[in-house]
Amino acid sequence: MKRDDLYTILCILITVGLFPWLAGGNQYFISLLIFMGINGIIVMGLGMLMGYAGQISLGHAAFFGIGAYSSGILTAKYAFHPFPAFFIGVLLSAIIAFLVGKPTLRLKGHYMAVATLGFGEILFIVFNELSPLTGGPSGLSGIPSLTFLGHPIEGAIYLYLVWGFLLLLLLFSLNVINSRVGRALRAIHGSELAANAMGVDASRYKLQVFILSAMYASMAGSLYAHFVTFISPSSFSFMFSILLLMMVVVGGAETIWGSLLGAMLLTLLPEYLRGLEDFEVLAYGAILMVVLLFMPQGILEGVRKLFFRKIKVGGL
Amino acid sequence: MSEEVLKVQGLQKSFGGLRAIDSLDFMVAEQQIKSIIGPNGAGKTTLFNLITGILPPTAGTFEFKGRPLRGMKAHEIARLGISRTFQNLELFANMTALENVMVGRHVRTLAGIFKAGLRLPGMRREEREIREKAMEELRFLGLENKALMNATSLPLGEQKLLEIARALATQPKLLLLDEPAAGLNMREAEKLAETIIKIRQREITVMLVEHDMSLVMDISDEVLVLNYGKKIAEGPPGDIQRNRQVIAAYLGEEADA
Repeated sequence: MKRDDLYTILCILITVGLFPWLAGGNQYFISLLIFMGINGIIVMGLGMLMGYAGQISLGHAAFFGIGAYSSGILTAKYAFHPFPAFFIGVLLSAIIAFLVGKPTLRLKGHYMAVATLGFGEILFIVFNELSPLTGGPSGLSGIPSLTFLGHPIEGAIYLYLVWGFLLLLLLFSLNVINSRVGRALRAIHGSELAANAMGVDASRYKLQVFILSAMYASMAGSLYAHFVTFISPSSFSFMFSILLLMMVVVGGAETIWGSLLGAMLLTLLPEYLRGLEDFEVLAYGAILMVVLLFMPQGILEGVRKLFFRKIKVGGL
Repeated sequence: MSEEVLKVQGLQKSFGGLRAIDSLDFMVAEQQIKSIIGPNGAGKTTLFNLITGILPPTAGTFEFKGRPLRGMKAHEIARLGISRTFQNLELFANMTALENVMVGRHVRTLAGIFKAGLRLPGMRREEREIREKAMEELRFLGLENKALMNATSLPLGEQKLLEIARALATQPKLLLLDEPAAGLNMREAEKLAETIIKIRQREITVMLVEHDMSLVMDISDEVLVLNYGKKIAEGPPGDIQRNRQVIAAYLGEEADA
């Protein structure tokens, strides 16, 4: 692993570790950070798909939903232990991602975006209409909170659980990126023609990353369901898929760190814009436009360029 | 000695009404340097794209070491041992020179997404090996000092060499070079000629598409001349230089070579 990555991970560990004390035990701030972590998990996978494999998914809210509903339905209605329910969700997401991705990723261009858009809409309808299982538009309640040896996992402990997950997945992602597979992905992004000629099976890797990102989203969905204990289809709509996409783009799709930063900022932003009431959406749009106009590679890269202007070294 | 590496029979490629390659037959013997020449639009690059599986042929067969290639995908053909460079550079712009060459090692290595993600011991060993082999190829082409530079920030001549290094990293048995000398100055072209001969010494068969005739005539064992997708001559460089049809195709009828 690169040294910078390691330092950043240490910073995250310390910040999140001390956060409950820094926030003076304020539950609102703690749950905000939990939501950041949940969004961060989804966006890490989506960022790999967009920034490294060069594919756009407009349906990741659906995978998030599959995770949430799998956990929710199995634990609330069928008294499953949360642990197997979590894995069933992940497995189901992987299988569905395979079925959606296999035909679309063979095609060139943005077929993936269109296919995932349709897929997301279909699942949204399923969540709404399959009311015997999902509770329909009025939602599914009674999802149990997680417990560990009889103690409820809540507040700061839940924060540690979510961020622990995030860090493990972050390590996994960084390892993939700094490996043969990561290079193959970047190669596909750079020149698919040359990547193929060098023996990289482009459609296979794109599919693998798509499946991986769907699994991340599903894990986040399970963590979400057990945290809020009530889920309804509106949390898994097309708008959320777009929001996820924005997180990646605003933060910067080129690195995992960019995507993560995007998830943090765009989870936080609505909280600060709430005072604007009806004008919230306008302010939101304006901020995004400004970011993309002046920092087309995302905030992380933009800020990096502002502070550490890259010195070009010639010859060596 | 002269076992055939590549055998092409009745090859045809049409783009709509245009026959880019027309009933072409030829073979390439092991450890030969075989050049393909011909005027612009003769079908040379198309031929490379067909051999490497980037384009499907309309008709005809290829055999690589006795194995039919038709219907195989580009990455499968690369795995068998055919690699190439591109006329219009296709380096991975978002990566360093070293990383570009490391991608070349892809087909000779195994670690999958989970093995890599969990950073299992076998994967780390493989990663070290990839890096070492890639550095070796950079050294072979004299680019070892450029390893950490961004690939596309290198001067054109070095970018061309980098493409060769990347192709060599796949351990090919047959290497296709598409106009490697285009845009090089005299000195660089001479060095390129030496490099190609050194590549042959590594028991790699080379096919060369090139417009630099002095380079072609100096190093080729055999030359194949294409015009409008058809073979008009094939043989040792000396014969080709005297071939009337070739001279006519290149210079027009009145030319006095």
